[in-house]
Amino acid sequence: MSTVSLEQKKKMHPHKFTLWVAIGSIVMMFAGLTSAFIVKSNQTGWKSVDLPNEFWVSTAVIVLSSLTLQMALSSFKNREMNKYRSLIGITLLLGVAFVVLQWFGFQNLWAQGITFKGSGAGQFLYVIFGLHAIHVVGGIITLIVMFIKAFFGKTKLYSSVPIEVAALYWHFVDALWIYLLVFFLIIGG
Amino acid sequence: MKSSFHGTEAKQKNMSEAINVQSGAAHVEHHDAHSHGHHKETFVSKYIFSMDHKTIAKQFLITGIIWAIVGGLFSVLFRLQLGYPGQSFPILETFFGNWAKGGQIQPEFYYALITMHGTVLVFFVLTAGLSGTFANFLIPLQIGARDMASPFLNMLSYWFFFLASVVMISSLFISTGPASGGWTVYPPLSALGQASSGSKLGMDLWIVSMALFVVSSLLGGLNYISTILNLRTKGMSMTRMPLTIWALFFTAVLGVLSFPVLLSGLILLLFDRNLGTSFYLSDIVVNGEILANEGGSAILFQHLFWFLGHPEVYIILLPAMGMVSEILSVNSRKPIFGYMAMLGSLFAITILAFLVWAHHMFVTGLNPFLGSIFVLLTLLIAVPSAIKVFNWLTTLWRGNIRFTPATLFAIGFVSLFISGGLTGIFLGNSTIDIHLHDTMFVVAHFHIVMGVASMFGMFAGIYHWFPKMFGRYMNSTLGYIHFWVTMIGSYLIFWPMHYQGLAGIPRRYLDKRGWVSFNDFPELDKMITIVSIIVFAVQLMFVFNFFYSIFKGRKVTNPNPWGANTLEWTTPLRPGHGNWDGEIPEVHRWAYDYAKDGRDFIPQTEPIGENESKH
Repeated sequence: MSTVSLEQKKKMHPHKFTLWVAIGSIVMMFAGLTSAFIVKSNQTGWKSVDLPNEFWVSTAVIVLSSLTLQMALSSFKNREMNKYRSLIGITLLLGVAFVVLQWFGFQNLWAQGITFKGSGAGQFLYVIFGLHAIHVVGGIITLIVMFIKAFFGKTKLYSSVPIEVAALYWHFVDALWIYLLVFFLIIGG
Repeated sequence: MKSSFHGTEAKQKNMSEAINVQSGAAHVEHHDAHSHGHHKETFVSKYIFSMDHKTIAKQFLITGIIWAIVGGLFSVLFRLQLGYPGQSFPILETFFGNWAKGGQIQPEFYYALITMHGTVLVFFVLTAGLSGTFANFLIPLQIGARDMASPFLNMLSYWFFFLASVVMISSLFISTGPASGGWTVYPPLSALGQASSGSKLGMDLWIVSMALFVVSSLLGGLNYISTILNLRTKGMSMTRMPLTIWALFFTAVLGVLSFPVLLSGLILLLFDRNLGTSFYLSDIVVNGEILANEGGSAILFQHLFWFLGHPEVYIILLPAMGMVSEILSVNSRKPIFGYMAMLGSLFAITILAFLVWAHHMFVTGLNPFLGSIFVLLTLLIAVPSAIKVFNWLTTLWRGNIRFTPATLFAIGFVSLFISGGLTGIFLGNSTIDIHLHDTMFVVAHFHIVMGVASMFGMFAGIYHWFPKMFGRYMNSTLGYIHFWVTMIGSYLIFWPMHYQGLAGIPRRYLDKRGWVSFNDFPELDKMITIVSIIVFAVQLMFVFNFFYSIFKGRKVTNPNPWGANTLEWTTPLRPGHGNWDGEIPEVHRWAYDYAKDGRDFIPQTEPIGENESKH
């Protein structure tokens, strides 16, 4: 049963609105962690960390994936379904590549001797980047569902709302990543 | 939704009531057959994995009641220890084995009991059980929506709560016992398995359970906010909404913005416990052995915890405030006094809730200058609180009060909120807090103002909306007994604790006999314990009344038994999924037109008359 009447369509779709509130919630979670980081970074025994290069590559990858997803959305709206399918596929690949690159970044850090022992920027990095990666994985699962629907779905897709919601979330995790990266560069470096 | 035969006539009020009774009767006759026919409902989809907000509300309520019995029983058990230290109760050994060796509650068990009592009551009963129940039940019904913005997320919200409950319950049955470092789980106690048996597996289960709980309450909160802002029926402007909805809205905002921060804090704690990080740990010696952890800060956890912990107090209190406002107005047959002031004070409390957390940390070595700012912000909460109390009293003032059990509990709420609020002024001052912190005074304060008061709000809500939930009334005589015993009992239990606290008796102590100045009130402690047992027994009577009335209570025949203006009473007696059989009613006025123009009440659905001013 649809809970959305015709009249309410003029306003923002409730699902999209719900996502905005959820974004506020996720922001608070990372605000909690990064403010903990700031508090700790002023205490004695703090060890800063140099970001491995993998994180720069992953930044480029996730920014690119935001672009391809936005292109997928506009091709869906223009009913260019073949283009839409391939762009969703590319975004999905880029998303997976991002998570893999993060994993390599963690391995690089671990090889430098920055493990879970201690209480410096490195330990926070594992927690914060790790939680971010989990949020990206949530986006990847959504993309997989969209990918399957685009290729094997029995019903034709017309409403762009689900794609808009997914794209909004994906842009959010992208922006969140850039925030976290800049944060670590300024305060953790 | 199938539109039924009475589409247009339903707009006329008198007609619609008659028809409602008619269709209501049809519902009663075969309500559990598929009388609607618009979608198939199996037992599983109707009662278990239901996406109907009304069923989800009942699931939250019944789970909450079960938790309340468990959590309440815990308090009776540790009150036995506090009232009768050293005395043996062989029956305890029968039930709890080694936890009560020789019929005496063992120290580990005692700390587990107080920890779980706090956790269960604060989160599982007064957060999930209270706003889970009434936000789910009332939001769509009172704003005129068929269901939540996302019924699926709503269903997930309950099942995450259920999972959290299963994990928490399971922690009671492991050999090392549940978490026992207090409901605030401060490190290092909670971070080191060596600290106590409860800090072993039980603590990990506590964290996992709370993480699931946070997910549940976020999914719920997102839905509540989105539903209130997006799915209101035609004419239901924000300032025409009943205050219940406003209160539930601000509750959801508080939860959505503060629970994630608790989750952050708990994730770091989980890392410290299991992966060897030192976010909270530094310079610790256990049994002569110096731990390797260095550079952590236990105070950091307290900041993260209380950034949720304080808003949590209002997450518990605001729904009760909203329901009390509604119930007092309906049952004194008067408009709520100062609707906009009520709304403004709810908003002010919500903002201030985020700015006062450090008043829980006055004696942790907090910078005194910072402390003084938090004193100021804390005392500022007295302003909106006083506005609310004033408005409740003026709503009652010269009203045509109907003393239903719901009204009594609502008035009881106001009484407790005043009593408990006044002691908050003591504790909010950092200098007086040096003397009072960690004493029974604190226990008395927060139980009265937050715990018992919110329970009263919850009882008021249950008695008031039970007819809408189950199509039957609860037994009023049992309701009156329930109210008077609970009301008098609560004051008898918690009032004396103020004196104990002022005399310096610490909270959480297992046995005070060993220290002369703590041993001044043994008889008082006995009295409190006896009253606790009586009050607990009366709560069991309430539970009996609740379940008995679901099946055998007097049937509701009047679709609007309290003569209320709000939309939930325009639905059929037993509304199906979708709430209204025909069109969703349109709203023409605010929810509080009582005793206006010589009329007892004017429902929100009635258009503004020719000579009437617009509201």
